[in-house]
Amino acid sequence: MNFFTEPLNLMLFFPLVGVLALLLIPSAQKNALRWTALVASLITFAISLWAFFFSGQYEAANPDLQLVAKFDWITVAGWNIQYHLGVDGLSILLVLLTTFLTPISILSTWTAVEERVKDFMIFFTLLEVGMLGVFMAQDLFLFYIFWEFTLVPMYFLIGIWGGPRRIYAAIKFFLYTMAGSILMLLAILWLGIEGKTFSVPLLIEQGGIPADIQWWLFLAFTAAFAIKVPMWPLHSWLPDAHVEAPTAGSVILAGVLLKMGTYGFLRFNIPLFPEATVKAAPWIALFATIGIIYGAAVSYAQSDVKKLVAYSSVSHLGFVMLGMFALNAQGISGAILQMINHGLSTGALFLLVGMIYEQTHTREIKVYGGLWKITPVFGSIMLIVALSSMGLPGLNGFVGEFTILLGAWGAGMEGGAFAPMGGVWWAGLSALGVIMAAIYILYMFQKMFLGPQGEIVDEVKKHGHPLRDLNWREIVTVLPLLIFIFWIGLYPAPFFDLMAPSVNKLVEALAAVAPMAMP
Amino acid sequence: MPQPTDFQTILPLTILIVWACALLLVDLLIPKERKWITAFLAAAGLAVTLSFTIAQLGRSSTGFSGMVVQDGFSTFLNALQLVCGLFSIAIAYGYVKRMGLERGEYYTLLLFSVTGMMLMAQAADLIVVFLALELLSIPLYVLAAFNRMQSASDEAGLKYFLLGAFSTGFVVYGIALVFGATGTTNLASILASTPTSSVLLTIGAALILVGFAFKVAAVPFHMWTPDVYQGAPTSVTGFMAAGAKIAGFSALLRVFSTAFPALAVDMTDILWGLSALTMIGGNLLAISQSDIKRMLAYSSIAHAGYILMAFVPYGNADVAPVAIASGLFYLVAYAVSNFGAWGIVIALEKSEGKGLAISDYAGLGRKYPVLAAAMTVFMLSLIGFPPTLGLVGKFYLFRSVMAGGFLWLAIIGVVTSLISAYYYLRVVVTMYMHEGEPSVTSEFWLDFTWGLSALATVVLSFMPQALFVMASSALLK
Repeated sequence: MNFFTEPLNLMLFFPLVGVLALLLIPSAQKNALRWTALVASLITFAISLWAFFFSGQYEAANPDLQLVAKFDWITVAGWNIQYHLGVDGLSILLVLLTTFLTPISILSTWTAVEERVKDFMIFFTLLEVGMLGVFMAQDLFLFYIFWEFTLVPMYFLIGIWGGPRRIYAAIKFFLYTMAGSILMLLAILWLGIEGKTFSVPLLIEQGGIPADIQWWLFLAFTAAFAIKVPMWPLHSWLPDAHVEAPTAGSVILAGVLLKMGTYGFLRFNIPLFPEATVKAAPWIALFATIGIIYGAAVSYAQSDVKKLVAYSSVSHLGFVMLGMFALNAQGISGAILQMINHGLSTGALFLLVGMIYEQTHTREIKVYGGLWKITPVFGSIMLIVALSSMGLPGLNGFVGEFTILLGAWGAGMEGGAFAPMGGVWWAGLSALGVIMAAIYILYMFQKMFLGPQGEIVDEVKKHGHPLRDLNWREIVTVLPLLIFIFWIGLYPAPFFDLMAPSVNKLVEALAAVAPMAMP
Repeated sequence: MPQPTDFQTILPLTILIVWACALLLVDLLIPKERKWITAFLAAAGLAVTLSFTIAQLGRSSTGFSGMVVQDGFSTFLNALQLVCGLFSIAIAYGYVKRMGLERGEYYTLLLFSVTGMMLMAQAADLIVVFLALELLSIPLYVLAAFNRMQSASDEAGLKYFLLGAFSTGFVVYGIALVFGATGTTNLASILASTPTSSVLLTIGAALILVGFAFKVAAVPFHMWTPDVYQGAPTSVTGFMAAGAKIAGFSALLRVFSTAFPALAVDMTDILWGLSALTMIGGNLLAISQSDIKRMLAYSSIAHAGYILMAFVPYGNADVAPVAIASGLFYLVAYAVSNFGAWGIVIALEKSEGKGLAISDYAGLGRKYPVLAAAMTVFMLSLIGFPPTLGLVGKFYLFRSVMAGGFLWLAIIGVVTSLISAYYYLRVVVTMYMHEGEPSVTSEFWLDFTWGLSALATVVLSFMPQALFVMASSALLK
């Protein structure tokens, strides 16, 4: 078959068509640049919908990799590297999340990015290629290329369009993440040398890595992924990167880039090193639980609203890690769903914070107050998103967190993954995180939107730009997110159905190798 | 009595050296204001030699009673050296004019040096290795001091000459000891001989290693590099950083894997330490540099360390071929990125040594987006980051080292790569994230060089297969 008629190739490389078009448009034509980037990302989104739901080539009930595109890439001198893309239930939602959030982020930059629009759009579109590649690649070498490549455009996005400390944040982001990746590189090389292939499905099939080596490889991969997630105590790059990044950068960073870490655990660590996974599960649960509580507590202490949202990510991703390493079907499905939820809710929070920041140029919570009266639409949307983020039943966050807690509880029982250490304590302690989320989110909402009118309202009026409510473009930007927040909250079954076959397959494979992981 | 095959073996070499001698005479007839003709004639000489070299692909022969060989290894390296020579002329073409250095000798000296580098790859006898070393070095000493009005350039030339002579002394002494131990200087015969004293042989080999460690600028024999690289005209530096380094490595690879595989037990540890020290030292010292030429000089030291990794498993017969191939592959990746980066340094350099601070690169991203993008590609490639050839090269290199069982060396390799990211990124930060009013000289051949290098660095990273095949078929017999 022709290379570009493969749906995944088309999806992965279509944004490059956008890049080419952007290169041809003169820098002064800012609107043409914005529209080109938006249309390119919308078409990519359409391609992803078509590929998964309308092409008839993707069967949701099939647990294996589908839409596979592969050929031998480098096969000489003992190398066996394939160009190998594929999507299954573990990654389909993340691919869709990427193609869905990219146009939304681009829409959010319409008036926020006025400087060097051309470069911005090029980097943003390149970033989409990198992220899609990470979620699709099934060969370790190919994966590593995409994984590292995503750093480059993100580094520029933070470093050029970021806040006052942007250069520090950009370099910290780059070096911190690279520090983890180089350890993974060594582990990838080991697998490639010993397994004689870099193909992930083949390596999983071969198995048979001695337990002590598995442990080291597991740790090396964990170094890369845990920094990306970020797991406590490796999270210190995240607040800097988030606070300095432009809004669209924050949305993509929180929405998709962090998921690359959790996805990495799911795609590589668990199936490749099952014995080490079982051994590590209670320890990961320990760090995840600390992360949940620490992230929530630190969020509460923030005076900068963007930092508050950034630390809440540490807490939310702690839930994802906890669910995933419960190593049962509930926990893993909950974790995958929570990845999507976090992308939607935190993405929306960053968008909303960015929208108000664009008007006031401050993120200090204490200068706000009584915003709901002045900007009712903004206030209502913010309330919905805030409630979704704290896990109110009926909205998406609840479904994910509840499923995760169920899974973690099950894992704490006799024979479960957490039984050797901590048991049900992890589920119990992390449930505290849900309550703490309610505290910091409602605290933020109360200070900013309720109560007496804050000083910033008069301040901006004095400068001749009184606070306005959301305009149509801004509503259109967040509306799609709201739809999914309600959809997942009220009827999550279709989302679970998409992932279930692959999750079950993963859990069964794990149970076959390491029986104690059964719930 | 020399046979026809003898001349066949050294045919490209002969062509180039005859061409260079003829050019020396022809240059006298070319008027001062038309020295560009010399440049084109020199480039034509390299191109003709390159076509003859490529015609040798797949053949192998030995000549002059085993003094020189021609095999896949030498053909690969000769082709690489000739391409480097062409790049060197391209980056020098406008630069020497601009800096008032345009004299015909520049190009002829360059041709002589390239001849020496080619002879180095073909040498099968320690005497020829010495001959090649001198033939490549002496023109380089002159070239380093080519800007004789500038004391920095004179100093660079003198320093390079004194330390170069010193290191050649080591090589000669080493050769003498090896001869004393084995009674021969022929590489193959050294292997076959039973040395009278293995200590003598080991010391001899170690001295040869020290001599070449000077040439490739490995720590702790690197002291001359920053000063010479900084003081020499930038076009010469670019040539030195690629050509001389490749030549040094080709000699090391040839001599050690042909003549001294039996010494691997002792040598592996020494090479391991040399490689680790060079990676650590080069990268750490590069961090604090504010001058782009010095920074790239330390970067070239660090890269000598990476390439030295390929030598470490040379005694392990299973891994050695792969390791050597990965070393050759990395040399190509390094040479391409190196010329691109030096090309951009030349584009920004002004007369009297201005425009060489990293801070002079501020604002480049906005004012010259294409040039800044190319420089970003080179920096990423030198870090070993996708989507560049540098990543593929490092991947290959680390893989062969790990396959040889040297996990810790690979760990040092990746950790120092991380350190290097810091100073390479500083260039990128300055270009894109600081405001400034840079000015750039645009000349066709210069732009062509960095443009082609950037393109090759990216495109070849997606299609490295052909280069892999070439590197791994360029094995030593």
